[in-house]
Amino acid sequence: VRTIDVLPIGPVPEEVLRAVEFAATETFGLETRRLQALPHPAFAWDAERSQHASTAILKNVFARRTPDAVRVLAVTEADIFLPMLTFVFGQAQLGGDAALISLARLRQEFYRLPPDRPLLLARAVKEALHELGHTFGIVHCPDPACAMSLSSDIRQIDAKNAGLCPGCSALLEESLARAGVERASPVPKEEHP
Amino acid sequence: VTKRWEILVVDDEEVMRESLAAWLQEDGYAVDVASSGREAVQKAREKDYAIFFIDLKMPPGMDGIETTMEVRKLRPDASIIIITAYATVDTAVTAMKEGAQEYIVKPSNPQEISLLVQRIIKVKNLQRENLILRRKLSKHYEVQDIISKNPKMHEIFALIREVGSLRSTVLIQGESGTGKEMIARAIHNSGDRADKPFVAVSCAALAETLLESELFGHERGSFTGAVARKKGKFEMAAGGTIFLDEIGDVSPKLQMDLLRVLQEHTFFRIGGTEEIRVDVRAIAATKADLQEYVRDGRFRDDLYYRLNVINILIPPLRDRREDIPLLVRHFIERLALELGRDVHDITEGALKLLLACDWPGNVRELENAIERAIVTCKKRVLSDEDFSFLSVASPQPAWSVPTGLPLDEIERQVIEATLRRNGGNVKETAAVLGIDRSTLYERIKKFGIPR
Repeated sequence: VRTIDVLPIGPVPEEVLRAVEFAATETFGLETRRLQALPHPAFAWDAERSQHASTAILKNVFARRTPDAVRVLAVTEADIFLPMLTFVFGQAQLGGDAALISLARLRQEFYRLPPDRPLLLARAVKEALHELGHTFGIVHCPDPACAMSLSSDIRQIDAKNAGLCPGCSALLEESLARAGVERASPVPKEEHP
Repeated sequence: VTKRWEILVVDDEEVMRESLAAWLQEDGYAVDVASSGREAVQKAREKDYAIFFIDLKMPPGMDGIETTMEVRKLRPDASIIIITAYATVDTAVTAMKEGAQEYIVKPSNPQEISLLVQRIIKVKNLQRENLILRRKLSKHYEVQDIISKNPKMHEIFALIREVGSLRSTVLIQGESGTGKEMIARAIHNSGDRADKPFVAVSCAALAETLLESELFGHERGSFTGAVARKKGKFEMAAGGTIFLDEIGDVSPKLQMDLLRVLQEHTFFRIGGTEEIRVDVRAIAATKADLQEYVRDGRFRDDLYYRLNVINILIPPLRDRREDIPLLVRHFIERLALELGRDVHDITEGALKLLLACDWPGNVRELENAIERAIVTCKKRVLSDEDFSFLSVASPQPAWSVPTGLPLDEIERQVIEATLRRNGGNVKETAAVLGIDRSTLYERIKKFGIPR
């Protein structure tokens, strides 16, 4: 059975990884496999910005992917950025193999609010599905409730569901079928009420 | 609306360029990159980008401001967004004076960029929508509005441009729904009559007397109900084009009247004594095989030859299936807008289904199918379920072996039908039938098949 590899970079809470793995299996119909954690990505540190360069980490992630994995998803606590942007919640190559999410700005603490575990898990799941969705070639969805909708603000993440809308689900199914990926369980169909 | 707007990112710094491009791609935009001002100008010349992101600080000779000025000349409708670092905000102001619409300071808040792009695209979508609606309102079709990549259609497009300014009559033949009126309008609009009226008359819809009065007008009191003098379509089309649709359905008497107008350019209103002279170009269309009508004596041969000066035969949709994907995307874009539905794409599975259909009603039937699917679709993407109303394996009319016919007759029918299908081309027909050209000529002669 082909899998989605999950790769922690630096220390990452086990419950976040579990939540992300469960959601990935449910949404993409693929088993997950936990890879051995990488150390904190000091090599990607940009002193001028006091952040980590997302693209550099993503390159490293791609190299760690096991050959038969369908995709690899990395999770880190490091605050990441793209040169053009002040920050990103995550990064993926559209139609590529690797995705990366950062928990830094998903934590309530970042906004000087008391920690909220369930909220962190929910946000991490949505962001993971979103970035993995990009690797399957899906672009941003205009439906703000769909996990594939654009969020450049934490409130937008909170506003969406931890799942794809029927339209994006159909695109996902086509993408998986085109890639000839055999799945253990079919993508569960979500009906709009 | 589905139009995929294209964006060009211009920056000499690779990480900036690539990361902004990747980020915009995730938003569903088609993004190209250029690593210098010169490359950007080259690309702007080739493609109609909607938005340019131009980095201000590029090597002298072709820096951001110079690039902005050049791009502006090439693509005056495009929006230019200047990318700048804090230190150069002053220069950004200069760039705005040179026609840049906005500027962003890097690194930029992701929300800022997406809102900016969304705002620009929203305006562009409205402009585009406005154009589509205006065109629909005026039915101002031009050759470039007809969507096809089929070589036969391209021959037709070339012909349209060639004959646009001539006065010769045109006969358009094609199955129902192939767009005969659209071609007629394109001919009218490509010639020097474009600013004159285009008047369409369907000859099938009206009874003989009504059609006569419709075409030539009538004087007051010329028949019961003629309470006032009325101008006919020929007069209304003065200086322009009259489009006679379903010309095959015209009665023998009217055929004679039409022949006279086309030859003499003069006619009388019904009940009128004054000879009226008009300069009208006639374009006729039919889905029937007029040649066969002539053979059967249902259509005057002199009128046929008068109409058939320039002949356009529109191939049915099933003979140009390569156009189906183009047409489907065009219809989704237009109909979703007209129907106010947020449907913007179609799955490959559904497209395959549409490709497999035979479309006896041609482009019009395809358009109706898309409209129906959009109306009932609950998602943003049309999938095969939305086309369940189409009979999937559209049944080919089964060919049954005729049992009551002499062999000679069967042979005659096969040769005749194959010839017709190949537009009278003997070489192709002989090849299809698997016989020599000389043999085919011999049979044509033997059976007296008209060509």
